Amino acid sequence: MSTAFLTSEIPNPTDPMLPHLATIQDVKPTAAGVSTFSLVFANPEERANHCFQAGQFNMLYLPGAGEVAISLSSDPAQPEVMDHTIRDAGSVTRAIGRLKVGDVIGVRGPYGSAWPLNKTLGSNLVIVAGGIGLAPLRPVILSILRQRSAYGQVVLLYGARTPADLLYTDEFDKWRQGGIDVQVTVDLGDKSWRGLVGVVPQLFYRIRIDHKKTAVMTCGPEIMMRFVIYEALARRIPKERIFISMERNMKCAVGFCGHCQFGPTFICKQGPVLNFAAIEPFFGKEDF
Amino acid sequence: MSPSLPRVSASVAMPKASLQQVFDNLRAAGYMLVGPTVRDGAIVLEEVDGLDDLPLGWTDEQRPGHYRLTKTRDNHYFDYGVGPHSWKEFLHPSRLPLFSVEKNNGNWTIRPAQEPPPRYAFVGVRACDLAAIAIQDRVLIGSEFRDPHYAARREQVFVLAVNCSQANSTCFCASMKTGPKATGGFDLALTELPDIFLAEIGSEAGSEALGDVPWEAATAFDLGRASRVIQRAERQNGRQMQTDDLPDLLYENLEHPRWDEVATRCLSCANCTLVCPTCFCTTVEDVGNLRGTSAERIRIADSCFNRDFSHVHGGNIRPSIRSRYRQWLTHKLASWIDQFGTSGCVGCGRCITWCPVGIEITEEVNAIRAKAAK
Ligand SMILES: Cc1cc2nc3c(=O)[nH]c(=O)nc-3n(C[C@H](O)[C@H](O)[C@H](O)COP(=O)(O)OP(=O)(O)OC[C@H]3O[C@@H](n4cnc5c(N)ncnc54)[C@H](O)[C@@H]3O)c2cc1C
Ligand code: SF4
Ligand code: SF4
Repeated sequence: MSTAFLTSEIPNPTDPMLPHLATIQDVKPTAAGVSTFSLVFANPEERANHCFQAGQFNMLYLPGAGEVAISLSSDPAQPEVMDHTIRDAGSVTRAIGRLKVGDVIGVRGPYGSAWPLNKTLGSNLVIVAGGIGLAPLRPVILSILRQRSAYGQVVLLYGARTPADLLYTDEFDKWRQGGIDVQVTVDLGDKSWRGLVGVVPQLFYRIRIDHKKTAVMTCGPEIMMRFVIYEALARRIPKERIFISMERNMKCAVGFCGHCQFGPTFICKQGPVLNFAAIEPFFGKEDF
Repeated sequence: MSPSLPRVSASVAMPKASLQQVFDNLRAAGYMLVGPTVRDGAIVLEEVDGLDDLPLGWTDEQRPGHYRLTKTRDNHYFDYGVGPHSWKEFLHPSRLPLFSVEKNNGNWTIRPAQEPPPRYAFVGVRACDLAAIAIQDRVLIGSEFRDPHYAARREQVFVLAVNCSQANSTCFCASMKTGPKATGGFDLALTELPDIFLAEIGSEAGSEALGDVPWEAATAFDLGRASRVIQRAERQNGRQMQTDDLPDLLYENLEHPRWDEVATRCLSCANCTLVCPTCFCTTVEDVGNLRGTSAERIRIADSCFNRDFSHVHGGNIRPSIRSRYRQWLTHKLASWIDQFGTSGCVGCGRCITWCPVGIEITEEVNAIRAKAAK
């Protein structure tokens, strides 16, 4: 029986649900309960041909444990090594957390949309991250550092619950030297903490924004992003220039499983990076 | 007796008993026949051998939360409406092994599930279910990613459609413009009359399935009788769905009090998503052996009514029944249109019949419309 989708196409011989094998090249403790795993595809051809964009994610699979969506956190200019910064959040991420250099892991991807690094060339950027939400923004920062003069002022506003939860603290100096204004806060300080205490959106009060040429990119807990959007709109940044990365339950990452729907949006396909203007009618709706 | 085969798009009359010959032809061509049969007080879909397995002389009585089989006085094979099963169980199985992994000295061997997909001939597909299959085509093989398991089954399927001769109080295909007449997407479409089947040939394969069948060209009289049967089913549609203000009506009323009200009745049992011929959501489970050296990955039907469906670490996006029912209804009738260019509902009425508390999708939309925000 013929249908519009069958007659003209040869069926896809490869199943998008099949994982591809990768090897763990490096494991680096990154924050409390968080490690960064550097993966390379086992197949040399795949390693050579693979590429990804800042903001995209992979599905990481361990037999018997399960599969989880994890952002790529390294520089897209060096795609052969794929960093994944993973927080121990439950059964699967804990099992991944026990892996060592040389171990094998299943990878599907990269999936999803990217941060608008091209569309924002020449603009000022306010990058706002909460907790593990800095992971999908690290490729943005590394890309900007490679071509710093292509952007205007770049500010990173970053916060976590405690100082121990801050990611990539050993890289902040390099980022600052590269010309990024890095502002950091924690919800709860400890004895050795000399920095700011307070929630991330408050960092907006420490920077000056020229709303005519500024774009915002944010990733973190949804409640944090809601306040970030509020602060950005209050400073007259148009909603078309506010980009957020959303998280939903995901079982397939290719639009089949239905789990990641957010109104008309499949977070795995149109997201995770979304333009705020496109999702505004649904964003912040209770239990949506 | 006609020696040649009818041409595609012709309508022919054939003796009812010769449907067995069609079955035999299909089986000889390598198809496994799946069709309606009576089991445990319902007309379900399973493998059938011959005409004897069909629900001859049975009909069903369907109301919200109610399904009952009764005997009719006519000896018709297809005098019933759609039952609890739909064809999605065969094209998009509720349990499907995807692959297995064997771990050996730190190396993995991944074996894709190897079973050759069955070659099905579907017997008795109604117009609403044809529409449902076309919708799942869009979801599973109509975008940049294609589900090869669905595609493999779908490509080979033979569709023997049946035009509805009666409709239930739960049916609203006419208002969804999906039925009761099958207008495309079939190899053969039958209309059952008291003495004959009228068969419309939809494809070469459909024509070939009539080999050795003593067919005659349909007369204007036959065609007239058939169209009156189908018109009767259309009139019998017990419900209507007003669709002209969708999807906006639902998007604009996400905080409507009706969601709270329906949540006091809905049990979040997921029956509606189970019986719905278009609901496609799945989850994946890993079944490992005890030593952790091998695992099988299995895709399993899931439902937005299940609690864990929207789980993210540390919480659940839709903890309330209100939010889950709202997700289901707005997906069916609103966001589905944005996602796939078609409604997610074909008006088959299954969710109404099989809801244990008789929640009616049409009534829920009406209630929202009656006190809409705009
Ligand atoms: C696009 C995207 C990018 C992400 N990037 C990162 C990242 O860079 N670093 C990071 O640490 N985390 C990231 N996450 C979150 C990560 O996927 C979850 O922390 C992880 O799935 C939790 O699984 P678990 O089994 O360890 O936890 P549990 O809470 O024990 O999970 C239990 C069950 O719920 C499921 N589950 C829980 N949360 C999710 C989820 N978000 N999506 C799908 N299933 C879920 C699991 O599959 C499991 O079956 C990302 C999520 C998404 C959607
Ligand atoms: S939503 Fe109900 S009436 Fe519509 S297709 Fe699904 S089961 Fe049938
Ligand atoms: S609407 Fe009815 S069938 Fe669907 S989950 Fe609620 S109680 Fe179950």
